[in-house]
Parts: sequence; C-alpha cells; structure tokens
Amino acid sequence: MALLVVKFDLKKRVKLAQTVWFMYWFAVLAGILVLSLGLFFKIELRKRSELMDNNESHFLPNVLIAMGLIACGINAFGGKVCYDSLDPTKFAKWKPMLKTFLVFCMGFNALLVVTALLCFVMRIPFQFTLAEGLKNGMKFYKDTDTPGRCYMKRTLDLMQIEFRCCGNDNYRDWFEIQWVSNRYLDFSAKEVKDRIGSNVDGQYLMDGVPFSCCNPSSPRPCIQYQMTNNSAHYSYDHYTEELNVWRRGCRDALLSYYGGIMNTIGALVLLVTMLEVAVTVGLQYVDTSLSTLANPEDMESESEGFLLEKTVKETFTDIMAKMKAMGKGAKVEEGGEEGVATVS
Amino acid sequence: MPFLSLKFNLQKRVKLAQGLWMLYWLAVIVGIILFSLGIFFKVELRKRSEIMDNNESHLVPNLLILVGLLSCGLNAFGGKLCHDSLDPQKFSRMKPMLRPYMLLCCGFNALLLLLLLLCFLMQFAVYLTLAEGLKNAIRFYKDTDTPGRCFMKRTLDMTQIEFRCCGNNNFRDWFEVQWISSRYLDMSNDVVKDRVLSNVEGKYLMDSVPFSCCNPGSPRPCIQHHLTNNSAHYDYDHRTEELNIWSRGCRQAVFSYYSGIMNSIGTFILNSYFEVAGDVAGLKYLSTALETMADPENPECESEGWLLEKGFKETLADLLSKVKTFGRANQVEEGGASPDVAAT
Repeated sequence: MALLVVKFDLKKRVKLAQTVWFMYWFAVLAGILVLSLGLFFKIELRKRSELMDNNESHFLPNVLIAMGLIACGINAFGGKVCYDSLDPTKFAKWKPMLKTFLVFCMGFNALLVVTALLCFVMRIPFQFTLAEGLKNGMKFYKDTDTPGRCYMKRTLDLMQIEFRCCGNDNYRDWFEIQWVSNRYLDFSAKEVKDRIGSNVDGQYLMDGVPFSCCNPSSPRPCIQYQMTNNSAHYSYDHYTEELNVWRRGCRDALLSYYGGIMNTIGALVLLVTMLEVAVTVGLQYVDTSLSTLANPEDMESESEGFLLEKTVKETFTDIMAKMKAMGKGAKVEEGGEEGVATVS
Repeated sequence: MPFLSLKFNLQKRVKLAQGLWMLYWLAVIVGIILFSLGIFFKVELRKRSEIMDNNESHLVPNLLILVGLLSCGLNAFGGKLCHDSLDPQKFSRMKPMLRPYMLLCCGFNALLLLLLLLCFLMQFAVYLTLAEGLKNAIRFYKDTDTPGRCFMKRTLDMTQIEFRCCGNNNFRDWFEVQWISSRYLDMSNDVVKDRVLSNVEGKYLMDSVPFSCCNPGSPRPCIQHHLTNNSAHYDYDHRTEELNIWSRGCRQAVFSYYSGIMNSIGTFILNSYFEVAGDVAGLKYLSTALETMADPENPECESEGWLLEKGFKETLADLLSKVKTFGRANQVEEGGASPDVAAT
C-alpha cells in the first residue's frame, strides 16, 4: 500500500508540473541567497581578522558557499526536468536518472539541516577565538612601529568607536597594560620613572583609556586620564559616572554582532531547507504520476502519484535487506576467492 | 515638407510599437529611481539638519519626489498607448488624447531641465547654510543642559568622527570658543580664574580640541590638550605633527559629501531627460505612422511617420503667428467692449 496516494488526471498533472517548476526557480533564488550570505559572512570575518589573531575559522562560510552553489545546480536541473515532464519524449530522457537524483536531493536536504545547526553551534569556538584575539590586540596597541602590527592601534580604535565598546570585558582592561609606546615617554622625568619602577614588569601603567573609548553622548568633555582619581577633576565621581566612556566590553559587543549574523543565517538556511523538501516531494509526485499512467500511449489517462511505493516500515526493511545483501555479496566473493586459492 | 520623415510598413510599425513599449516601462523604472533618490536625499538632509541650523532648503528633494511620481504616471500611460496602438479600435479611442499627452511630456522634460539646473545651483545654498550652521554648532557644543541644544555635542562629535574633520575651517576654530560647560569648571581655582579673566568676554578659552578630532591613524596616543605647547608633551612639535588630529575642516568635508550626492543626482536626471525625449519622439513617429495609412481598412499598407508636419522654421513661424493672433483676439475683444460702453 503506497504512502499518501493522490489521483491525477491530465489537467492536474500539468498544474503540478507547472507549480513545481515555478517552485524550483524560487529555490534557485534561495540557493543564490545562501551563496551570498556565505560570501557576506566571509567578508565580515576577513574585515576583522586582525582582532581575531588571523586565526578565525572560515569553515562555516565556506560550507555555506558550497551549499549555495550545489543548491543552484540541483534546483536548475530539477526545474528543467519539470519543464520537460509534460513532453513524453523529453521526459523519457530524464526518467532513468530521476530515482538517483531524488535520493541525492534527500541527502542534500539532510546536509542543509546540518549546516543550519552548525550556524547556531559555531558561536562557541568563535567566542574563544575572539577573547584571545582581543587580548592580544590590546597588548599590541602600542606597537605602531613593529611591522605586521603597525595598524593594530587604528583597527582597535575604529572598532571601539564603531561598536561602542571599551576594552575586553570593560574599560579597566586598559589599566593593566602599557598602551603608550616607549617612544613617547620621557624617561628622564621623575613621574615616568616612578610609574615604571612601581610594578614588577617595568611597564608604564596608568588609570587612563584611549580616546576611542569616549562616549560622545556624555554631557561633559571626555575624561580619559586619571579616571579613578576623583580629585583630579571638578565635580567627578568615578563610581557614579556612567556616560563618560563606553561601559560595554568589546568581546560582548563583537560576539553579539557576529552571533546575530549567525543566528539570522541559520534561520534563513532552515527556511531554504523547508523549500527544498517541498520541491523534492513535488518532483517525486511528478515522477510517480507520470510512471503509473493507466494507458502509456494516451496522455489524457488517469494516474496515481505517491510519496513512497510501500509504507514507511516496509521501505525501511527493504533498505536494510538491500544493505545486508550487499554485505553478504562482498563476503561470498571473498569466500569464493579463498576457496579457489586453497584448491589451486 | 515633413521634418525627418520615415517610411513604415506593418512590420516596422509593430517593431516600433513594441520597442517603444519596452522603453516606456524602462522609463517607469527610471521614475521610481528618481523618486527613491529624492527620498534618500531628503533623509540625508534631515539627518544632519542640526548642523545646518534646521534651516536647509528641501526644494530639490521635494521636486525630485514630485518628478519621480509624475514620471511613473506619464510613462505608464505612454506604455499603455503604445500597447493599444496596434489595435485600430483601441487606437481610435486614444487618438484625441495623443496631442495633449505629448505636450504634457514636453512640459515634463522642461521641468527635468529645471531640476537639473537646480541640482547644480542649490549647492551654493547648501554651502552657505553649512557654514552658518557649523559655526553655531561649535558655539552651542557646551550647552548640553539647554533644551533644544542638548544633543548638539553628540551630533557634532559624531559628525567629526564620521567625516574625519575638525572644526569649521580647521582645528583652530575650537581655540576661539569655550567648549567646556561652566558646570564642569572649578571657578575657585586660580588657573581657571586667570583664563576666564584673560579675555574680554570672560570665556574659558584654551588651545585644546574635543576627543572627536583625534585621528585613529596616529602612531601615538591622541594629544588633544595644550596643542600649541611643544614642551607640554615629549618629542612633540605642533608645526610638523600631521597625523595627531584631523586636519580637514568639517565645512569642506560635509559639503563635498552633499555636493557628490547632488552631482550624481544631476547626472542621472540628464540621462532620464534624454530617455524621455527619445520616448516622445518615438511616440510622435508611431502616431503619425498610424494616422497616414494610405488605406485605413488594410493594416498592411505603407505609411509615413515624421517628427514635425512642416519644416522646423515653418513650425516655429506658425507658433509665433498663433501666439500673435491670440494676443490680437484679446485686443479686438477689449476694443469691441469699449465702443459698447461708449455707445450706451
């Protein structure tokens, strides 16, 4: 007993073929969408790879690009098959390939689901790459004369301005590293010598932040130096001051930005998967309705379309039996060869 | 002798009508683009109306929106005309509307030319508004507690960061205004009192700039205070230092942005002018070709299409004489009216 049987006459078959053809072209557009989403994500990662230690994994965007290209190809082919399905001579050309094509489509749909899951899961390793990269970024902020790192300051400043964040977790991260290059420190000044002598690593640490941490919405001009010293500024209390510098950490800001991109892409890939499943089902119906014509010569005869030839359980047992037969076939071949070897 | 006449047979007429129909639909898309350009320009002006004293002229974007809508309507009607022109019944219904429609299109073209001229001329107005607005913005930078001006600081900071500029003409404009609110000045401090008393207006002036003037591309942390005092900073010469703060003035920067937008819009208007002119010429050829059919019952007969019925000079002389008779008719009426009055 076939699964989900539907009766078809000529008009219904024509309508089905046209609808599925239309859906296939829609699915080609969806494939292009997936491709461009992959490209967009790749570019976004490349733009800020300096902040991720040039170590970020491009696995996800590459997979998206590949899936987009395959989707375009499969759907264009499926559309062509649907277009030709109304002409018996043309359809006879495609008929032998259809079964394998449909199995391939199902495999592709499963891969799409896996890709969507990846989009949601890859956030976690990304978090670690980002934390490590930002920590190093801040360490190398002052090295504007070291080849390979001379643009770190500019990149970090522009990022803090664009994402409205300061430091890794918060602005106090800047207090723990020396972010002023030694070239601009007067080592003959007493104050400088005191500061450097006051810590084990000999670094010039201060309770100040770079200008890119400043919040333009603050009603008073930005206080970036001597931030924890209330008496250094008039009418200033660093415990209650909220608008002076950005309070958010850059790791949070970047993670929520990229996390948002990945979630959106994951949701869109799920929608595309649903569309692909629909067109696969449609093509199966087109194929079966044309194969079960009551009178193969008469195009106007009735036919039946179904999803599976037998019920789900029977189809499953069939597949298992086929796999076992394939396994036994291989064993018999080996046994036969050994028998021949011992005899000779 | 008709001006620029061409011979037409049925095939040529059909081809002309089809080609013209496509051109008209292209012109509808051009109209939609003009409409969206108008909206984009209006939004851009609104975004920065605060630094233009809320005084900027919205003439050009409003006209663009109007022209875009008109263009859509006119060209859609023209497309319908072309579509119906191949059916003699429908065409005879449309025939009386043709002449006023073509005159309307010519008027619309004149409007396009006017808009083109405005796009290039209004740039002067934008420049002057910008100069005045920025001067006031710098003056009101500190008034973050005055209703109506409390966001001026944020707007100006974001403008300087986004357009990479400082001050009106250059960074020295900041030396001439007090940009720190008196709320954050310790009036009991001697240094503050000296500065305030040192100038006629009692303003707290200093050789410093806000943080938004800082250039992230500078290799050293930003120097915003004591800019002209070389001894206040280690290894610093304000005459040779180039990368520390943005050297461009905001008037120049913002003006070149708007000027770029207006020039691009002007170029696009010029293109659409030529397109509409081409459409009107094509429609004239089509209508004359359909009117001068040798045998109205036989659609396959030859016909002639032209641009003007008489030569160019003769048409001009005709128009002038029409205008004169119109004027004389008015005078005759007045003359006729006054003898009546005199007689009674």
